Amino acid sequence: MSETTIPIPSGAVASERGTYLETIHSWIVTVDHKKLGIMYIVYALLFLVIAGVEALLMRIQLSAPNLHFLSPQTFNRMFTMHGTTMVFLVGMMILFGFGNYLIPLMIGARDMAFPRLNAFSFWLSAFAGMLLYFSFIGGSGLPGTGTAPDVGWFAYAPLTERAFSPGHTIDYWTVAILANGIGSIGTSINILATVFCMRCKGMTLMRLPLLAWIYATMSFLTLVAISPLTAAQAMLMMDRYLGAHFFDTQAGGSAILWAHFFWIFGHPEVYVLVLPAFGFANEIIPVFSRKAIFGYPAMVAASVGIAFISLSVWAHHMFTIGMTSYGNAFFTLSTMLVSVPTGIKIFNWLATLWGGRIRFQTPMLFAIGFLFQFLIAGLTGIMLSISAWDWQLHNTYFVVAHFHYVLVGAIIFMIFSALYYWYPKMTGRMLDERMGKWHFWLMVIGFHMTFDLMHIPGLLGMPRWIYTYGADRGWGTLNMLVSIGGGIQGIAILLFVINMVWSYFKGPHAGPDPWDAWTLEWSTASPPPVYNFAREPVVESRRPLWDLKHPEDPDSAFD
Amino acid sequence: MDSELRVISRVFIRRLKFVATALVLWPVMAAASPSTSIFSTQSTPAREVNGLAFFVLGITAAIFVAVGALLVYALVKFRARADDVAEPPQVFGSMQIELSWTIIPILIVTVLFLGTARVLFSVQDAPKPASALDVTAVGHQFWWEYHYPQYNITAANELHIPVGQGTTGRVTYLKLTSADVIHSFWIPQLGGKTDMLPNRVNEMWIDPAKPGLYLGQCGQFCGTQHAKMLLRVSVDTPEDFAKWIAGQQKAAVELPASGANSTGDAIDAPTGQRVFEQQACINCHTVSGTVANGRFGPDLTHLMSRATLAAGAMDNTPGNLKGWITNPDDYKTGSLMPAMHLTEKQYAQITAYLQTLK
Ligand code: HEC
Ligand SMILES: [Cu+2]
Repeated sequence: MSETTIPIPSGAVASERGTYLETIHSWIVTVDHKKLGIMYIVYALLFLVIAGVEALLMRIQLSAPNLHFLSPQTFNRMFTMHGTTMVFLVGMMILFGFGNYLIPLMIGARDMAFPRLNAFSFWLSAFAGMLLYFSFIGGSGLPGTGTAPDVGWFAYAPLTERAFSPGHTIDYWTVAILANGIGSIGTSINILATVFCMRCKGMTLMRLPLLAWIYATMSFLTLVAISPLTAAQAMLMMDRYLGAHFFDTQAGGSAILWAHFFWIFGHPEVYVLVLPAFGFANEIIPVFSRKAIFGYPAMVAASVGIAFISLSVWAHHMFTIGMTSYGNAFFTLSTMLVSVPTGIKIFNWLATLWGGRIRFQTPMLFAIGFLFQFLIAGLTGIMLSISAWDWQLHNTYFVVAHFHYVLVGAIIFMIFSALYYWYPKMTGRMLDERMGKWHFWLMVIGFHMTFDLMHIPGLLGMPRWIYTYGADRGWGTLNMLVSIGGGIQGIAILLFVINMVWSYFKGPHAGPDPWDAWTLEWSTASPPPVYNFAREPVVESRRPLWDLKHPEDPDSAFD
Repeated sequence: MDSELRVISRVFIRRLKFVATALVLWPVMAAASPSTSIFSTQSTPAREVNGLAFFVLGITAAIFVAVGALLVYALVKFRARADDVAEPPQVFGSMQIELSWTIIPILIVTVLFLGTARVLFSVQDAPKPASALDVTAVGHQFWWEYHYPQYNITAANELHIPVGQGTTGRVTYLKLTSADVIHSFWIPQLGGKTDMLPNRVNEMWIDPAKPGLYLGQCGQFCGTQHAKMLLRVSVDTPEDFAKWIAGQQKAAVELPASGANSTGDAIDAPTGQRVFEQQACINCHTVSGTVANGRFGPDLTHLMSRATLAAGAMDNTPGNLKGWITNPDDYKTGSLMPAMHLTEKQYAQITAYLQTLK
């Protein structure tokens, strides 16, 4: 961080276009948090499409009993790559992208605390994605016979040991996740340092936008959670190549050890992904309800509370692995406790809506979808926390439906909401509302058709990870409907991609503050100049722009 | 009057239950096979879990209706109208209200936890009766092996156990382990999953109420053919079970060489046995009472007592049997049994032999 301030020409933003080569070069060498943020987001959207296609291929294969559309091997690769991609390359990347883009703007800073670390983290994570997908070509180490990892996204040992997974697919998976993890750690450190050290004058921790609070919490959680994952990957590599026996059961190693390591990472990871979605909701729901967020301190406490509790619930993924009744009881209770702070959040959002003047523009539509779907996801989550019932539900399509309710119904819906909300800030253009509404309704129909119905085959005994099933099981009709719903979601997302491209060139100009919002990012031009703010802002409340717009009734009077 | 009401409500509840069951079960009822629904329970552990499940479903449904209704109400009531001019009054929070929606969830959690704990302890820590049947089940990539230590029997893929309830009922205690990677033993009608881990023994018990066929399948991804690692459990009456045990305890025999022309051309069982025993088949398969004593694949001593082949992948017909040993990949791509590249005649001979393994 340098102390000198460069004199900035006020107003005029250099808008001269360079050659294509210059433009590409400027993106590659950039350390600007906004450009990096956008690169994260674009990169993640690219992988969203890839992983989405993988999902559709699986849905075609499962749409009727005994199909031969994909071979068993290909199907197994598809679900492994779909899961790994969605969690590490889509979820993490897009959320870090928003964090990078928004946090400095929201706290009145000119960049992240460590701009170069920021670029390093992005490129490292991007490299990890390439490495993972390179396994399609180089997986088995022989030209022309490439394969991808096929062990499921949580890659239970000892299936990943060399005895059961020869070749190099697991190596690509392991090293990609290791590298991606290092990128995540870099970004987390950066976000923490930025939130705690780079706030503008007057922005105390109790005036911090909730989104920044949540990103700090999420970064802390990432730091804690990625360590065991990285350790586990290192141990796996030692098993595979240095003759260690951590998970090598044939030599006395432990299969459960991997499960513990993975889920100590894996469960907090769910909250790493869902907390930013809460953060978006905390910014978007108030603006479109025209009311301040209800219970700000409780919202902060609930986020931090969720993060802490989430560190003690991992073994609810292992209720069938043979824990004692006391172990099962402990993890049932700790898991259920998460529902208390989560409940606080839902009720506070409800109270924010209450008495407001709700505007149903596209960002808000997605946020409303999020509220209902997250409610349902929370309730099926409670069902799964009932360890005795989980003996039946574990590893079935009920679980698959539940976590897609969280990941798509809550997180992806909130990501769409955030994209509609902040796209004008990032590009200077509004997204088309009419296409937005079509996108929303198609998405809602497709989502519910797919994931509501998907619970039922689970209850009827259909396990996950199977590439086909017999006609006599009676799962065919339901799976056909689920697959059709998947297709509808695919169309919705295609429409969204078209909207983004079209609006980039043809959308109406946004101006600095299209939503009449209250946080600092809306006080500067859209897109913001490299230096973000011509003058460093000074704030006196949680909603500096409200104070500006309502001098007769400023928040700062109550602060 | 009062009793009339009771009758009406009872009829109503019965209808409701019927409709609900029909809704959940229609795909299964349409099909011919036994149900794998977690709601059509046939054993005590499954039934206890199911009772808990309905209790939890009731509570979560109530929460959903209450919160969902509030959300809908708020969205309709507080929507922006064309004539709105000013911003609505700003409210920043309320200690009492927030406290109440912290405490109510805590109470609900307490109730749910106590309900769960009761079932957990009653299922997991139930004392084992002295009369219990012991079975050790071993998961393999992609088939199941069963040992009955009390009877000195080894069987594969199709588990036979006695009825577990009633005066002649006998509870089955399973010890679960694995020979390679993690698998999970799951028959929804009889109980929840229990994982089979290498280097570790897990336990579960079941006491099926009725004789019949019960289906399930492996519940943990275990490799290429996880999907065709199907489970079949035949629950027998005590007499049938005793008969089955007696049958399994018989060893196979070396068949006498077939008469004068033992050139190896005849397509019959004795020739088939010799071909079988000269191939690598015997390194992987056991036929007790003969030289075949491999342990890598399923025990074939009583192959013909099973209704399916290769863990439920196909029916046990002569055609399928011959097709399977000719090229296992045609039926179960990626299974760990290799195609042996013998001649058409040799396969016919082996098939003739295998069909004598009753
Ligand atoms: C490398 C070891 C190996 C060899 C050699 C081998 N098998 Fe197998 N066999 C297996 C395995 C493993 C299975 C279980 C496959 C599955 O269900 O996924 C199996 C399954 C079978 C089954 C079905 C058993 C059942 O219970 O459904 C038959 C029959 C069989 N083998 C016959 C043969 C014959 C005949 C030969 C020789 C021509 C042979 N096998 C050679 C490993 C072997
Ligand atoms: Cu298995």
